[in-house]
Amino acid sequence: MKLWLIIGWLVLCASGSWAAEAPALADDPVVEQRLIAISEELRCLVCQNESLAGSRADLAEDLRREIRGLIKANKTDQEIMEFMVSRYGDFVRYRPPVKPVTWLLWFGPLLLLIGAVIVLVRMVRASGRDATAPPLDAAQREKAQRLLKEADPS
Amino acid sequence: MKKKALIPLGLFVVLVVFLAIGLTRDPHEVPSPLIGKAAPDFSAPRLHAPDQRFGAQQMLGKVWLLNVWASWCVACRQEHPILMEFAKTKTVPIIGLDYKDEAAEGLKWLARHGDPYDLSVTDRDGRIGINYGVYGVPETFLIDKAGVIRYKQIGPVTQEALKDKILPLIRELNK
Repeated sequence: MKLWLIIGWLVLCASGSWAAEAPALADDPVVEQRLIAISEELRCLVCQNESLAGSRADLAEDLRREIRGLIKANKTDQEIMEFMVSRYGDFVRYRPPVKPVTWLLWFGPLLLLIGAVIVLVRMVRASGRDATAPPLDAAQREKAQRLLKEADPS
Repeated sequence: MKKKALIPLGLFVVLVVFLAIGLTRDPHEVPSPLIGKAAPDFSAPRLHAPDQRFGAQQMLGKVWLLNVWASWCVACRQEHPILMEFAKTKTVPIIGLDYKDEAAEGLKWLARHGDPYDLSVTDRDGRIGINYGVYGVPETFLIDKAGVIRYKQIGPVTQEALKDKILPLIRELNK
């Protein structure tokens, strides 16, 4: 009985929190859709590992409000990105533009891969050379046999 | 063979150097794209006289500091004594931007901790803050006579930042 009360209470709580978020979505579904698409590309500056779409920080809410305003003013995605980047820098974009300062960021992993492949090829070649080392001559072979026999207790 | 054995050590040293540099940098300090650009203009009600408005335009011709603060901001308390001391020297005017704050709370806070500002304006909805790329309070901007942002302090103004960066820059800009 008590359990059912708790479950019922939780269900009430959950539906309550949905009800609170509904108005913003119902406001204008097209605007909200675009807002989500744009803000998922943007970093929240307060909690830097969260997107602007997912963050509950105060600033994120303000910035979503600003972006919502820009969408309603018929700005293009490009212009909205520009608005954000001119204030907070390229850091707000999860996909920074390719330009000289970000070359290392974009092409660094490729450089590492190329380096690793070169090292790998060299190592394979070096071990290949070991395999083609000259075979033992008769005296060495005899010595090896002797050593093997000595080691064998039977 | 011996040379080869040193390769992992070399790589390790490189890694350590990179990580050591990483440790000295604060990921919360995002370089502002506004440095070297014109300070965004604003016109906002004054904290002590809400019927009067004040704008960045009115500071043209002066080197000045714009300090973003709020009564709810804990780190602001840390820099406040430094600002109070600095204000006494009358080096440059300090304009306060009371960011996302209730005016009554802001006034109370200044009454309690002292008011280092020549004047403060209110930014109730945070729009001026957004135009200045503010993402953490306190932040301080040094603006030159032509209205160009020359330096931004993210987080509290420290004695070192004041002595090593802000004051030399003010001297240079006032030449």
